[in-house]
Amino acid sequence: MLSGLLGGALIGAAATLYWVATGRTAGVSGILGGALREPQARAERLAFLAGLVAAGLIAALASGRASASVTATPVLLVAGVLVGFGTRIGGGCTSGHGVCGVSRGSLASLVATATFIATGAVTVAIASRVLGAGGAP
Amino acid sequence: MSGRVIATFAAGGLFGVGLVISGMTEPRNVIGFLDFFGHWQPRLIAVMGGAVAVYAGLVALIVRAAGARTARLLPARNNRIDTSLVVGSAIFGVGWGLSGYCPGPAIASLGSGARGAFVFVAAMIAGIVAAGVVRSRAAGCETTSP
Repeated sequence: MLSGLLGGALIGAAATLYWVATGRTAGVSGILGGALREPQARAERLAFLAGLVAAGLIAALASGRASASVTATPVLLVAGVLVGFGTRIGGGCTSGHGVCGVSRGSLASLVATATFIATGAVTVAIASRVLGAGGAP
Repeated sequence: MSGRVIATFAAGGLFGVGLVISGMTEPRNVIGFLDFFGHWQPRLIAVMGGAVAVYAGLVALIVRAAGARTARLLPARNNRIDTSLVVGSAIFGVGWGLSGYCPGPAIASLGSGARGAFVFVAAMIAGIVAAGVVRSRAAGCETTSP
């Protein structure tokens, strides 16, 4: 729990730095969507994404292993499309709605966060029984 | 390279380190949080709580120190609850539960060379492009209405 709080605090500090630098919310799905579609501010969005990748690289070098996906490739493909589509239609993901929006007291972000946690929980409950994969490790 | 680009690279790096330290780049930890009816792991609450507290606190401090000029630059607070917000978030949650990946941890995991992350991110980009097509069609309909 302590590592969760510490990591969360760093995420909050990073979101603040992104807002100070750009005036925009540090929502990862929004940053990726913007980098793909909008020519303006593309460099600073790509730089944020490159920073994320660099952190993963350093973590893998430090620990000597990659994060292990628990999911089969066809399921990952379906999940990726749903996450990309859903976050753009819904206007945000765990960072944009869950952290930044909730911090700003946005009712819409609270509703969005409650919604994706609820459907995520139902999905895990069904997948752990039907697929036998995922669910409880 | 502009200072702004260096700052957003640093922000991305810090964000990624936070995800790694909190264990959120491990899909099993995220699925463990969503497993309310099995072996529930509450850690994601600490991650979100820590992030919300620090972001809200720092933004409030900065606005107070810099005055009204900064307050006007605050990201707009979205209070519009509509069908696309709820339906989109519901669809996102299904993909999140199936994989244990949301956009931030998935992109950070590209750096660790996790094969699943590459598959997931490629599919996620396809989903983003599809949403752009759907939304621009919807916007086209709106502009033709009186």
